[in-house]
Amino acid sequence: MKTQPDQYGHFGIFGGRYAAETLMPALIELEKAYRACQKDKTFQKEFEWYQREYSGRPTPLYYASRMSESLRGAKIYLKREDLNHTGSHKINNTLGQALLARRMGKKKFIAETGAGQHGVATATVAALFGMECKIFMGEEDIRRQAPNVFRMKILGAEVVLVKSGTATLKDAMNEAMRYWVSSVRDTFYIIGTTAGPHPYPQMVRNFQSVIGRETKKQIMKLEGRNPDVLIACVGGGSNAMGTFYTFRDEKNVAMYGVEAAGHGLHTPEHSASINGGKVGVLHGNKTYLLQDEHGQVRDAYSIAAGLDYPGVGPEHAYFHETKRVKYVTITDKEAVAAFSFLSLKEGIIPALESAHAIAYAMKMAPKMARNKIIVICLSGRGDKDAQTIIETNAL
Amino acid sequence: MGRIGDKFEALCGSKEKALIVYLTAGDPSLSVTKKLILGLEKAGVDILEIGVPFSDPTADGPLIQMASQRALKSGTTLEGVLDLVTEVRKVSEIPIVLFGYFNPIFAYGVKKFAHIARKAGVDGVLVVDLPYEEAKELRIYTDAVGIDFISLIAPTTGSERLTKIAADATGFLYYISITGITGTAAPKIDNIKTKVNKIRKITKLPVAVGFGISKPQQAREIARFADGVVIGSAVVRLIDENKNNRDLVKIISGYVSGIKKVLR
Repeated sequence: MKTQPDQYGHFGIFGGRYAAETLMPALIELEKAYRACQKDKTFQKEFEWYQREYSGRPTPLYYASRMSESLRGAKIYLKREDLNHTGSHKINNTLGQALLARRMGKKKFIAETGAGQHGVATATVAALFGMECKIFMGEEDIRRQAPNVFRMKILGAEVVLVKSGTATLKDAMNEAMRYWVSSVRDTFYIIGTTAGPHPYPQMVRNFQSVIGRETKKQIMKLEGRNPDVLIACVGGGSNAMGTFYTFRDEKNVAMYGVEAAGHGLHTPEHSASINGGKVGVLHGNKTYLLQDEHGQVRDAYSIAAGLDYPGVGPEHAYFHETKRVKYVTITDKEAVAAFSFLSLKEGIIPALESAHAIAYAMKMAPKMARNKIIVICLSGRGDKDAQTIIETNAL
Repeated sequence: MGRIGDKFEALCGSKEKALIVYLTAGDPSLSVTKKLILGLEKAGVDILEIGVPFSDPTADGPLIQMASQRALKSGTTLEGVLDLVTEVRKVSEIPIVLFGYFNPIFAYGVKKFAHIARKAGVDGVLVVDLPYEEAKELRIYTDAVGIDFISLIAPTTGSERLTKIAADATGFLYYISITGITGTAAPKIDNIKTKVNKIRKITKLPVAVGFGISKPQQAREIARFADGVVIGSAVVRLIDENKNNRDLVKIISGYVSGIKKVLR
């Protein structure tokens, strides 16, 4: 497959840099600094050191034997990103961006967050490197992800309440971008997913691609071959891109990105940008968006706050267009059932986001032969979701 | 040359500076917007920036954000705004710039947009999230029909980039007076002057200054070195505060003519 993106950040027709002029010089500066770090062995060594000594990488590739046996089909492995420091894959990216920011001499971080996982991961690296930190979070998410709000505050971050729109991730990102326009000279915006204007989608992908690289090495050691199927949930899509990227040219590896169908694709309440949206431009890039016929962005919905976003990373749009990855959907109900299933079968409480990937595997595995291998990216832990599960009386 | 170029030339002849006024189309309704436009023209406004509302206006401050929300609630669409321009054109020759974000235009279809906008009588477009690097996808159509592509210059824009942008710009250049979003901070006159003089050295296009200007005194000072000033959020606020007042048009006209006075 041709190397993507091109020099302007386009993945085929997707991606790009649809940003306000005030931000353009900062984005170009960021791109230059990032390019320099990519070539710099000391940067790479430093990054690896923090991943290993601070975050606890490599994360295990765990054979879920009780899950596999009860589904009577393919062997299921879980890539345990939930075991990272802070409880999700988000730290892979925030460590990378924080090290870059430090090199660029920036003293302040801002970030948007939905489920709060990226907010916590940003607040964590801000504390680690002694930076000021503001996290933009929608009012609705602050309510349903209260434990993460406390964690961010404990870590010294200021949590900025966002009331506009549906008060979820999209609006938090709008507000973070507005704040960045006003503070661009000394502030580094740590975007949490493979979206936003170039170079973010590429940079976040590269920082997250450690997931796929480790998976490949581990499965080779365990099984002596590539997995047959990779499954990961897709909101903006950073854990999925991190998992898929290494395998993009491996033709025998089928890849599934799982979007959140919320209350169902036939209702307006879902977050399936690829399966239920159209191409458009939001937050600095061209991609699939939930929108009305007039180009007004629609509100997304999912029980999983981290998937509750009306867009998707541009490289996912590209993988969809080129048919490299199949994008499928899982409803709230199916995700909650998977949440419960994994907890009971393996003693692992998954994040509701990751539970979407588990749920899809539960559909696929029984139809596959016993010698087939599925790897699921278990992107985060589910402690933060206890409240949501209790409130919705889902169990 | 189009209406925008002609207007700046005429103003130059009479030693006046341009008053450019922004208002969000459809706030509170398209029919009120039409009345306001005609009133603004009478009150001495030289160029109109008609805001096409968007659900996610990431470069706008709270005033224009809320105006956009109200406009969307009242059912405003890009199609409706183009119809409004058609209506206005029956009775007015005031230069009109459509101001907004790319997605509504993209959803409408860029080619169709250029064609219909020209027919309606739109003179320029200013698309906040379509910087130099991405502009081609719209400009291949709008340039072809003679719609000016108004380019933004920010305080953060460096010399090299400025030269590139200016070389391709048409209509006028819009200098963003603050490092920030619309209507949120008072601009520092000395900094603006330095930057505007720098822009002048590399382009013959008129330079207008906007974002954060609300008072006659600021307008007067900026008009000493710029070709025009843009008033946006202040007008949007006044419209919202007086939307139920039957003297709405009179109130807005009074405010803008107060600003125009200092530009003559």
